[in-house]
Amino acid sequence: MAKKQNSFSLNFDTDWNYSPAPESTSHVEIKEKYDLFIGGKFVKPKSGKYFDTINPATEKSLAKVAEANEKDVDSAVKSARKAFKPWSELPASERAKYIFRIARLIQERAREFAVIESLDGGKPIKESRDIDIPLAAAHFFYYAGWADKLEYAFPNRKIKPLGVAGQIIPWNFPLLMAAWKIAPALACGNTVVLKPAETTSLTALKLAELIADSDLPEGVVNIVTGAGKTGAAIVNHPDIDKIAFTGSTEVGKIIQRAIAGTNKKATLELGGKAANIIFEDAPIDQAVEGVINGIFFNQGHVCCAGSRLFIQESIKDEVEKKLKMRLETLRIGDPLDKNTDIGAINSKGQLETIEAYLEIGKQEGLTSFQPSYSLPKKGYYCKPTLFFDVSQSSRLSKEEIFGPVLAIQTFRTVDEVIEKANNTPYGLSAGVWTDKGSKAFNLSSQLKAGVVWANTFNKFDPASPFGGFKESGFGREGGMHGLEAYLSIK
Amino acid sequence: MENRIEVLKTYKIYIGGKFPRTESGRYYKPTNSNGEVLGNICLSSRKDFRNAVVAARKAQGDWAGRSAYNIGQIIYRIAENLEGAKAQFVTLLMQEEGVSSAKAKEQVNQAIDRLIYYAGWSDKFQQIFSGVNPVSSSHFNFSMLESTGVVACLSDSDSNFLALVSAISSVIVGGNTMVIMAGENTPLTAITFAEIINNSDVPGGVINILTGKLPELEEHFATHMDVNSILYLGSDKKVIESIKNKSAENLKRVRVWDNKSILSSEFESPYSIKEFLEVKTTWHPIEQIGGASSGY
Repeated sequence: MAKKQNSFSLNFDTDWNYSPAPESTSHVEIKEKYDLFIGGKFVKPKSGKYFDTINPATEKSLAKVAEANEKDVDSAVKSARKAFKPWSELPASERAKYIFRIARLIQERAREFAVIESLDGGKPIKESRDIDIPLAAAHFFYYAGWADKLEYAFPNRKIKPLGVAGQIIPWNFPLLMAAWKIAPALACGNTVVLKPAETTSLTALKLAELIADSDLPEGVVNIVTGAGKTGAAIVNHPDIDKIAFTGSTEVGKIIQRAIAGTNKKATLELGGKAANIIFEDAPIDQAVEGVINGIFFNQGHVCCAGSRLFIQESIKDEVEKKLKMRLETLRIGDPLDKNTDIGAINSKGQLETIEAYLEIGKQEGLTSFQPSYSLPKKGYYCKPTLFFDVSQSSRLSKEEIFGPVLAIQTFRTVDEVIEKANNTPYGLSAGVWTDKGSKAFNLSSQLKAGVVWANTFNKFDPASPFGGFKESGFGREGGMHGLEAYLSIK
Repeated sequence: MENRIEVLKTYKIYIGGKFPRTESGRYYKPTNSNGEVLGNICLSSRKDFRNAVVAARKAQGDWAGRSAYNIGQIIYRIAENLEGAKAQFVTLLMQEEGVSSAKAKEQVNQAIDRLIYYAGWSDKFQQIFSGVNPVSSSHFNFSMLESTGVVACLSDSDSNFLALVSAISSVIVGGNTMVIMAGENTPLTAITFAEIINNSDVPGGVINILTGKLPELEEHFATHMDVNSILYLGSDKKVIESIKNKSAENLKRVRVWDNKSILSSEFESPYSIKEFLEVKTTWHPIEQIGGASSGY
């Protein structure tokens, strides 16, 4: 068979360069030290301990953040419990108005939140500005409207709030995950104790300030900072009715075991290893762009990232060539620069994890590609990386890397790719690129994943339920389905 | 014919549309509330369970892929055949539970009605729980429900025939396949019901029924890596904790139905179907060029 030749190639031999276009940080206010937000006030931790939160692009400390111990978590739970009765008995339309208020306040302060999100987490400002923060506000806006309409979501059932929800969120979308957790919980009449990830506490703490400004009744939202131990104290606290966790599958399983003997309800949004499938009839340029977005969005720190690419054999050369060219044009560097496509890896620990996987790829003898540009000297950076002809048994196609690393495989038939794509314990998301509607629907019904993107990838919306099959967890966040997680339905 | 010797029936288990004996060759002698022995019943082993899961997995794709109309008709057919065998089930229930014939008849009637009720949901629940999501970008976005996969069902010793039928109808109507451990003291109705199932165009492997003792097999049900969900018909707190704990290994969806609420008429609702379904959301772009905003 004659190979398709692409005569076009991008020429990178030019002295043209992008000028830096940094977002200003002058309007941003970060305190030197943050306490715990309990009962509507910032209180010093009983632990007496604080830890540094680091800007991963400069490796410098941005602020000190309190470390909550068991006693701190206990007082947060007590304050949430005290607030529960009055909050759940408030007329639902009034509850809604508080949540609408929070949405509006986030919109008003969106720019400040976006900059802090990029400073603390390393993600490109264009993502925090255009995706994280607007979506967080939209999420509060969406669920605010549900508060006084809940009975329409569950016809013929009696619904009640659960009580106190313990919520533990990851570092990849800090404010957005806080919104995904807090907004539906409050709309359903629960009160919450939320723990942000230890490397990205700042926007959650800024949200605490904003919540205090909103005059939300004291104790309805409590925010405690800390690492795994603080999370365990929440999970094991006897007076918590509900655990909502987003994070690794490993920790999700620990949580399910820890609460096995209790009446705590749980929703777990865990890891993924999504298949992104390109058929030969796909619009190739769009597909390539979608693959790039699928794996390199947020440095690949995305549970639903399209980390396994399946290319139909007949277009392998063309797609791989275009992927390489596109990689060369990605801008990696200062997260605050508006031109930056790929920012800093969230933490030193995560960078080490990703580098270990790059080494595994090397040891497995896989061919790889990295763009030719150099990385910034300071900060935690990792080049976007492609691995070719990866086998089904390779660790790169089995394990969640949570970084900018794409494992590429090929296939010939529809049946073959369905089997390969489903051959994973995960089932969070999947992508399909084809110009044929019937094929797209066949794939979307065969792929065992909670979200299927056809001819698009990594799209999110408050009205759209998100969550996994199999070991990617259970429960949905977003949409009407997201209400179930926070209600007793009898 | 008064001196005719009665033919005693051997009860076997039901795997993949066949009625084998337990591979272990073991048996147990369950008794009813009057202390009467029900027979030599198969004491199923871990190997039986694993074989049953293989059969259930093999049958799942085909079953889930059938039209909702077809699934509804098959469940309706089970009800028809149970109606025809009502007298037999009344006798078995009187023997198994030591109840009056009126009570036994009431339970069989309820079981038949429950099958009819869920047969009717097959092509309706999807519309109740699915929808188009109004996303803010130019995408067509919808969520619908899909089967969870293989559901393993464990019955407590107090679980009865109606509970078994309720579990089966709720679970298979959504496209799942099942491996069921019948109640320790109610194997006669369970295995005889397998004969009804086998005679109702239910493909082999969709429903598999084992008899035996829950404490022996509970761990294997909960730890099997190719089981997607566990349904426990019972209320023993220790069993619930143990199932939840062991199910974490592959994040099985654990559901607990206490036998009292299953027996109430309020049990009947599409929400019991939904507990064995997963929400899948699909996105597709909507082209927005030239005249996209014009009317007609």
